Amino acid sequence: MDNLLRFRDDEAHDEPAVSIDAFLGQSNATSVRIEAGEDARQLIPFLDRLALVEIDFPRFRDGRGYSSARILREAGYKGEIRASGDVLVDQMLFMRRCGFDSFAPAAPIDEAALEAALARFDYVYQNAADDAVPVWKLRHG
Amino acid sequence: MKILTGNDLRTGAVIWWTGEGWSLHVEDATDVGDRGEAILTEETGARRVNGGVVIDGSMTPEGPRPAHIKDRIRALGPTVRPDLTLKPADPNAGSWVI
Amino acid sequence: MYRYDQYDQAIVDARVEEFREQTARRIAGAMNDDQFKPLRLKNGLYLQLHAYMLRVAIPYGTLDGRQMRKLADIARRYDRGYGHFTTRQNLQYNWIKLEEAPDILAELATVEMHAIQTSGESIRNLSADQYAGAAADEICDPRPWAELLRQATTFHPEFSYLPRKFKIAVIAAQEDRAALRWHDFALRIVKNDVGEQGFEVYAGGGMGRTPIIAYQIREFLPFAQIFSYLQAVLRVWNTHARRDNIHKQRMKILVHELGEEEFRRQVEEGFQHFLTLQTDFPQAEYDRIAAYFAPPPFETGPSAEIDRSDPEFALWVDRQTVAHKAPGYAIVNISLKPITGIPGDISAEQMDIVADLAERYSFDEIRATHAQNLVLPHVRKADLHALWQVLDAAGLASVNLDLVTDIIACPGLDYCSLANARSIPLAQKIAARFADMDRQLELGELKIKISGCINACGHHHAGHIGILGVDRKGTENYQLLLGGSGAEDTSQAKITGPGFDEDGVVDALEKATNVYLRERQPGERFLDTYRRVGMDPFKEAIYG
Repeated sequence: MDNLLRFRDDEAHDEPAVSIDAFLGQSNATSVRIEAGEDARQLIPFLDRLALVEIDFPRFRDGRGYSSARILREAGYKGEIRASGDVLVDQMLFMRRCGFDSFAPAAPIDEAALEAALARFDYVYQNAADDAVPVWKLRHG
Repeated sequence: MKILTGNDLRTGAVIWWTGEGWSLHVEDATDVGDRGEAILTEETGARRVNGGVVIDGSMTPEGPRPAHIKDRIRALGPTVRPDLTLKPADPNAGSWVI
Repeated sequence: MYRYDQYDQAIVDARVEEFREQTARRIAGAMNDDQFKPLRLKNGLYLQLHAYMLRVAIPYGTLDGRQMRKLADIARRYDRGYGHFTTRQNLQYNWIKLEEAPDILAELATVEMHAIQTSGESIRNLSADQYAGAAADEICDPRPWAELLRQATTFHPEFSYLPRKFKIAVIAAQEDRAALRWHDFALRIVKNDVGEQGFEVYAGGGMGRTPIIAYQIREFLPFAQIFSYLQAVLRVWNTHARRDNIHKQRMKILVHELGEEEFRRQVEEGFQHFLTLQTDFPQAEYDRIAAYFAPPPFETGPSAEIDRSDPEFALWVDRQTVAHKAPGYAIVNISLKPITGIPGDISAEQMDIVADLAERYSFDEIRATHAQNLVLPHVRKADLHALWQVLDAAGLASVNLDLVTDIIACPGLDYCSLANARSIPLAQKIAARFADMDRQLELGELKIKISGCINACGHHHAGHIGILGVDRKGTENYQLLLGGSGAEDTSQAKITGPGFDEDGVVDALEKATNVYLRERQPGERFLDTYRRVGMDPFKEAIYG
């Protein structure tokens, strides 16, 4: 976890994440890992017991994890959502917008590049899982 | 023969490995034998080439010529715009391409 | 037409700077091409046969004179003096340098243009009816919805790393001029039983190696819920599509595998969920956008008379102009298919001339069509002759709209690194064979569409006559297809049989037209005759 980047104020949750199958099977775990292709909706009944959901990106171009994160946030999950695997600086803005608030990239991220990337756009066109206000709302109050 | 080709990273221009560097002209290409992949790894790493690939070719009296039509078109330019090829002044420049 | 406000401009400007910085990191070696490629593709930048290619978005095919002049300026300064209009109403430059690409994007941003999401596995630039706002047969102008969806789908955080590309079209007329059902997601504005306007929705279409015509997924969708519905469709696809085989990742494959009913069920379930999230744009935002598309100030009662004393002009008027909804006006089609030319190509000088003409005669509006032509949508009939004279002098007055020489052709192996065969020289040979005007008119509407590979950018599946270039042991070979359509009578063309060399396919195509002339009944187009008599007589003439 040398490369762990967090955008949360609470302490990092250090219980190792279990698979969805293991969680649904025995289930006093508080950390779960979603592999690409697994259905995040399976966790919705148990969100109040979870402190960390780790979502894996086997390749940075595999966009399934973006939906997984939003599905959890839309269901009201407030715990940590961590992107792990092939996580690169140029995708992290959209990950943040989808509700990821921590990152465990396989390779270290250049912090200056990340800071620039996250601050690049002052405006967004649509609602997402973050608190950015879409421009239609700015236009019409 | 085996020819090493790709595109210049910054400009996108089609380039050919001469044994010492890169040329815009297929006539300068050299036979890389079985060293193509090794050269490519180094040149890609040095960011001098993008999309590099080893292709088949043959030596002719006019110089090396790629075996496949796609690489021959790459070597000269679009067949439908002779004015935009590497040899716009030569009306027969494309006689070997197709 | 739509104009950027401070927010739109800030977003596009920030995008330019983002790409400038990404390009610098690529050139400096901070990322490799695997990492950079999706980023450059989302900015329209491909690596093609001879150089980088930049695909500039022309949202829903609408642009103005200032923008066209900027496209000309870029063609001169950064390319080789020309551009190419594509089958998705965009413009491509063929000779771009990576190190100059950010500057070009900055130039585009000065005229409210961009290359955002014109490639890559993203929601692509939307296409629409090129006659929008002018057509006599439309319910309303579909472009406000296209612009609203452009904004809604620009940098959508959840749907920017999709399984594959995703193409959307919007029309509002019975006649389909946008190849609607060949899109992943397609909207036709209709009226329901009680007279309310809304969308008829189609999903799961696409060409490529597995051509599928989109099916009607919803008969009527209220306007205000479109973004919820679209997001539901995208989420079903994004979460369930395969990611292990690039040829099986388009949405059409998922729809096919799940079945239409199950896909619809999942979408409806997601749709109800999205409605609760209140992400749809409000009516006020639609109204704001729609105000930009208010009809131009048409004169009342301009002369509808056209002086037809010049026979060449009369011929052009009859073929290239279309009924306009305002009396005394016409829609003008500018052919980019001169007989010896390259389909869709236009020089910088011609771009400037079209820009001038748009400003003088068409309320400063230009449209690009999926058939790779241009349109001046609002021209007074009284101005047609003056307009035609300028077009004629510029080599832009070809008479061939929807005729045998109005050929759609992808760039093919002359430019494209994916192509297997050249498309342009074949289009030129066919055009030369059928150049005679009387012969073209005798054959009537006949849409020929040529693709240089199975990806089908030249829409060969939708051609009345389609041609597909393949690689046959290192030589170019062409397969002939018959019976496709991209119009409201959408159909998929069927292959006639074994392929031909370049001259052979021109001969075969001519034989097919001869069968049509022999078999046709009064009023039938080539496509109608083919549908009535079937493939057999054509096969016999071609191979017998």
